[in-house]
Amino acid sequence: MRYVLSAALLVLFVLAWQGVASLDSVDDLTLASPVETWDALRTDWSLLWDNAWVTLVEVLLGLAIAVVAGVGLAIVMHLIRPLRDAAYPLLVASQAIPIVVLAPLFVLAFDYGIGPKLAIVALICFFPITVNLLDGLRSVEPDLIKLMRSFGASRLRTLRSVELPASLPFLFSGLKVAATVSVIGAVFGEWAGADEGLGRLVLLGNTQLQTPRVYAGIVILTLMAVALFALVAIAERVACPWNQPVRTRPSRVLRHS
Amino acid sequence: MQVEAEAPTTEPLSFEMVTRRFGALTALDQISLRVRSGEVLAVVGPSGCGKSTLLELVAGLQEPDEGVIRVQAAGTAAERRAACAYMPQRDLLLPWRDALGNAALALECQGVPRSEARRRAEPLFERFGLADFERSRPAELSGGMRQRVAFLRTLLPGRPLLLLDEPFGALDAITRADLQEWLAGMLSEEPRTVLLVTHDVEEAIFLADRVIVLSARPGRMVAEFEVALPRPRSVTDPELALLRGEALEALRS
Repeated sequence: MRYVLSAALLVLFVLAWQGVASLDSVDDLTLASPVETWDALRTDWSLLWDNAWVTLVEVLLGLAIAVVAGVGLAIVMHLIRPLRDAAYPLLVASQAIPIVVLAPLFVLAFDYGIGPKLAIVALICFFPITVNLLDGLRSVEPDLIKLMRSFGASRLRTLRSVELPASLPFLFSGLKVAATVSVIGAVFGEWAGADEGLGRLVLLGNTQLQTPRVYAGIVILTLMAVALFALVAIAERVACPWNQPVRTRPSRVLRHS
Repeated sequence: MQVEAEAPTTEPLSFEMVTRRFGALTALDQISLRVRSGEVLAVVGPSGCGKSTLLELVAGLQEPDEGVIRVQAAGTAAERRAACAYMPQRDLLLPWRDALGNAALALECQGVPRSEARRRAEPLFERFGLADFERSRPAELSGGMRQRVAFLRTLLPGRPLLLLDEPFGALDAITRADLQEWLAGMLSEEPRTVLLVTHDVEEAIFLADRVIVLSARPGRMVAEFEVALPRPRSVTDPELALLRGEALEALRS
């Protein structure tokens, strides 16, 4: 039922998009219709695919760096209380820096290659991971920590056996946000300076007035973010089976109504 | 010389003039008590009388402001922690581990490898009425079964002094009665030194050899009863009811 509704909503959206794009008052250069976008997807497929691949690699590597750095930072901050208190404001500040301003500086620092893209993706993705994981590590009941102490558990044992497993659902919440914004990060990185990638292709298409290709690029970027989100959601189900809502089979009466 | 050396080492637990304060609030006031080897001592009192604090002091999770606590002659908090098997009111099972993994947790904390800890927990499942539930997650177990897994986890490391903090407080009346009988049976089969804290006078008399009554805040000892009733006991025994009346009287005063 959920999927049927989602599909219906999507169809409705595409129809509305087609409707607006077909209006006389709307310039073709401003808004490509779904049909034009579909055509661009088909004719430019190999170009789009090659560039999408470049962007996907940036996204995945950037995310990997963000996970390692974000998880590591959260654990260190959790274990060292004064560091947590001192570093938290800096964490927040790191997110207040406008990426648009920072991106060209990263290009200056890391040159035109993949470096600045990874830096930007990692910079915006580590934050939701670290913040969520920190909350998760703190969510463990004090009584449970006390119990572990009475068992004679070391600090690291409590972290490994109790705090980290308990905070896995929080980590996955952070990962879902990170996966979604990671694509935006890669596009920003490419806008600041790149010779390949879907973000650059979209930017180029914009200046060359190839509006359908721009929309085709946006569709692929969107699909990429949705697919990443779905992958994280599946990984969560596999990793935290104990945290799933209990699924009750709907009764026949309910299904008929 | 010999007498002096022997007395403290055989005594599982002693409190001497122990006072515990939280800021301006005095939780426990000059408590002195002794637990004999193999004895079940119950401490009853109204809620907020510092019962849980008393237990955490014994367990080495808190330090007293005044006085001395010795568990098997050992005085420091770390030594007390190592000598006590502490069981809190709620089962606090880890939802991501199966029953066997939960039962093995305390052993693992002492450095026993996970597979070895699970192997040592497994043969006890039958005796604890948990046979065939080794692989079940806590969410799939009833409240009474969860509490039995918690018991198993607490007892497995084989520490000499068992501390129970309202062990049946979170259970419904029928399950509680079942588990009280089960624990009484366990203790008569395999005597242990137990310090039990509860607000349930009947539970205290049903399980204990001796009952100490604490007053409301600040917690002071107001009465002490020997429960010389034979086992197995029955809650409907008129002598038990008589003692219950006396203890309730002491609680109200």
